[in-house]
Parts: sequence; C-alpha cells; structure tokens
Amino acid sequence: MLRDITLGQYYQTDSIIHRLDPRVKLVTTVCYIISLFVVDNIVGYLLAGLFLALVIKLSKVPVKFMVRGMKSILFLLLIALIFNLFLTPGEVVVSFWKLQITKEGIRQAVFMAVRLVFLLMGSSVMTLTTTPNQLTDGMEKLLGPLRALKVPVHEIAMMMSIALRFIPILLEETDKIMKAQMARGADFETGNLIKKAKSLVPLLVPLFISAFRRANDLAMAMESRCYRGGEHRTKMKPLIYKKRDGLAYGAVFCYLVLCVVCGKILW
Amino acid sequence: MAIVETKNLIFEYIRRDEEGNVEGITRAVDDVNLTINQGDFIAILGHNGSGKSTLAKHINAIHYPTEGTVWVDGKDTSEDANLWDIRQEAGMVFQNPDNQIIGQVVEEDVGFGPENLGIPTEEIWQRVEESLKAVGMYEFRKYSPNKLSGGQKQRVSIAGVIAMHPKCIVLDEPTAMLDPNGRKEVIRAVRALNDVEEITIILITHYMEEIIYANKVFVMDKGKIAMEGTPKEIFSQVDKLKSLRLDVPQVTLLAHELRKSGLSIPAGILTYKELVASLTAIRRRKGH
Repeated sequence: MLRDITLGQYYQTDSIIHRLDPRVKLVTTVCYIISLFVVDNIVGYLLAGLFLALVIKLSKVPVKFMVRGMKSILFLLLIALIFNLFLTPGEVVVSFWKLQITKEGIRQAVFMAVRLVFLLMGSSVMTLTTTPNQLTDGMEKLLGPLRALKVPVHEIAMMMSIALRFIPILLEETDKIMKAQMARGADFETGNLIKKAKSLVPLLVPLFISAFRRANDLAMAMESRCYRGGEHRTKMKPLIYKKRDGLAYGAVFCYLVLCVVCGKILW
Repeated sequence: MAIVETKNLIFEYIRRDEEGNVEGITRAVDDVNLTINQGDFIAILGHNGSGKSTLAKHINAIHYPTEGTVWVDGKDTSEDANLWDIRQEAGMVFQNPDNQIIGQVVEEDVGFGPENLGIPTEEIWQRVEESLKAVGMYEFRKYSPNKLSGGQKQRVSIAGVIAMHPKCIVLDEPTAMLDPNGRKEVIRAVRALNDVEEITIILITHYMEEIIYANKVFVMDKGKIAMEGTPKEIFSQVDKLKSLRLDVPQVTLLAHELRKSGLSIPAGILTYKELVASLTAIRRRKGH
C-alpha cells in the first residue's frame, strides 16, 4: 500500500552510527566525498575503502541494502568505465579497429568506478542511518550561520519537513484521483509519450487544487497553534553534541589527515 | 466568569470576480451576541453555510470582526498585541485530521504548539506526555500519523492543542470526516477533558447525537443565533429544528411523534433510556 512507503531509505536498527548526531553524519559525508577526490593512488583508495567498510560494519545495516542502491547507478558506472577506458591517451596496451585501451585508461577507469561506488555507498550510509527528520534538523543547525546572510534557514527546514510529511498523503490522493478518473473512462496507459503526458492533465489539475487547499488548511492550523517562524521557538528534540560525536569528529579528522598524507607521500 | 464573549459580532466576506472587482458581500455572521462561561460545554449547531465555522474562527483570532467585538478571556481579539495570548488560550481543532498534523511522529506533532510558545525542552516532554495520556494516545507516541485511523488522528490533534494549556478548545466539526467509531472516540475524549480538566469546550457540529452532552446549545441559521438553550429545551422544539433543516436523533423524533399522537411523555427526550423509562412508566400507570 502507498502509505507504507518509507522515504529516503531509512533502515531501522540501533547502532552507534544511528545514534550519532545528524550534524556529524552530514559533515562526515561531505568530508568523505571530498577525500575521494583528494586521493589519487591505491593506498588512498584502500584507506577510503577501509573507512567505509568500518562505518558500514558499525552501522549494522546489511550489505545487501547497499548493493541494492548500487543497481540504480549501474548504467552510469558502465558509461564512465567505457569512456575512461577508451578515451584516455597514453601507453597503448590493446588496440583493435579504431579503439585503443591504454595503461592510463585502465587505471583511470578502475579509479573512477571505485570512486563512484564509494561515493554512493558513503552517502547511502548516511540516509540509511538517519531519519529524514533528523536530517532536516541537522541541516537547519549546520546552515544556521547563513541566517546572517538573510537566508531563511528555519523556513527552508520547515518546508522540507512538511513536504516529507505530505508526500505519502499526496501519493495516496494521486492513487484515489487516478482510480476515480479511470472509473470515468480516463486512459493513462496506452498511446505514445505525448498522448500519455496529455492524459495526466485530468490527474494533475485536481491534485494541485487539493494540494493548495491542504496548504491553506495547514497554514491555518499552524497559525492557530501559535506558529510564527523560527524566532522565540524552542526545540522538543534539540541537537546536543555528546561525547561520541566528538570522538566521531576526531576519527574523521584523522582519516582526512591520513588521506592527505597518503596523497603527498606516494604521489 | 466569561471566557468567550461576543457583542454585536458581524463578519462579511467580500466576493470578488476574476479581475478583483467587488461582486457582492456575504454576511456570514450577523449580529451575534453570546457569552460562554469558564468550564462550559457548548455546542453550536447549524446546517452548512449557517456561519458556525466562521464564528468559531473568530474565537481563535483567525478572522477578525467586521463590526462588533469578540473577547477571549477579557482580551479583545482585534488587537494585535493579544493575538498570541488568545491563540494559546483558545485552541482550535479543525475538520480534516490530515491537514492539521505537522509532525512526522505523533509526539513531535503534539510538541509543535509548546515549541512555538518557547517552552523549555524538559517541560515540552512533560506536556506531551500529559496531553497524549489525556486523550489515550500515549502508546502511539512513536507512530507516524499516516498509520493512524481518523479518530486517532483527531485525538492527536486535540492532544496538540491541550499541550498548549488552553482555557478553551474550539472544535470545528472534528467528527465530520470520521466513521461512527472514530466519532465516539473523539467525543469521549472531549467530554473527559471537560469533566476532568475543566477546559471549556465549544463543539461545532451538525451531528445531533453529539450535542446531548453539552450544557448549552446554540443553533445558528443564516449567520444569526436562531435558538439557544439546554439540549432538552432545544430538542423539545422538533418542528422548529426541522424548519432549520436540522435532523433530530431518532429517539427524540419517535418520542415527539408518540407525544403528538397522544401519549403523555415529556418533551425533549434525548436517549433510549429516557424513552424506555417514560414508556414503562405509562404502562405501569395504565396496568394498575
């Protein structure tokens, strides 16, 4: 059923990674992505792989969940692999017809593939271990300093969390409208692309109208519960750094230093 | 002491055409005077378009009077300085349960109001626990609102209002979108709040069965207050209610018809028990 859709792809379990402050996880993910672009040799990649393996192990998320996520980038991975393999100039290893595979090409292709896989795995560890709610909270807190630049950080976070709350409701509504229109003879399945796109109009118009009505109701409900933006607001679940969060930051820092050192020494 | 008081309250909607020109003015609330005392259970009845929801929205300062005045706990709602006090003191529960739940987890939604009021974190948790227990939803505190039934969602909405420690709760057709079981759940929760916590309840509804628990009923028609009294007084005027296009509960209707055809039963029967009692009384009198 539609209402059972879980967003993001949160994997419910209790692990040290799950319990970390979302800010730590966000910062770590960003650092990890940067590190993947900093390292450019085998030792560096081994280090990145080791770090990732350790985090996955600690998160207690089954590896098959990670692999499932890989499927979506298989195509992208293949293209990157092929392009790097054939189009990198250098010392020719194999050549047939007009195509050449070079030593540098193999190296580039393998590194690129590994980089992409690590990138996706790294970020999915974050989404698998953090609820969407925690993520928006973490982002609000992290982007807090931008408020000085007149960026409406609280409002953006509020919008994100409301959007997350309403996605299942709107999905259910879409389903309902679709059935209602099908009962009146609407056809959503046959025809070419243009015809299909046109047939979505009787679905989208009522959906938008209802979404606006809901937005209006929700705004009124929020106002009647004294909502007046981010000022004067306290938090029911404030983000407070604990000891483990400090340790995690330390570990990430060590990892980054190691990456840079590897890059320098073995260049 | 009066918690809500209106004096010559008038509210007009301005209808505009597509270019924004004034097409006409609809008077939704027309010269309403009412006084609601602390601790009362008030029901406001009326068919669609009678102005009952518009009136309710004045109590929460969502609408401001076009003319006249509304006081909530002695504060004039049209003054901006009173706005947040009034919204804290007079909570509001709306019709559609999905469109008033903000949080993605039950407990977070209940905490939304106190968060807005700037209550310290520990006290928010305490209030959330109390409010959820008051409506019997504590064991669902970790659930996603999408997994609850309509009646449960409405009880969460009510808990969200209680957590702000209001003196008065306005419920604007809270049961209109619910099944009979959900309706019972919600009404039971509301009655408990009135009995135990002594919160003033203003229940807006068009279900007659729900008003029998009220200690005062207002019936609205065309923006005016057409009838006023205890449920018994209101239900003893079956013909007038019908002329206002309101349905009377079946028991009351049956009793009314029996009375018209000559049986000596009192007017304004509200429950099966009362009807059975008066009928057996008649039989006993006739039998002996």
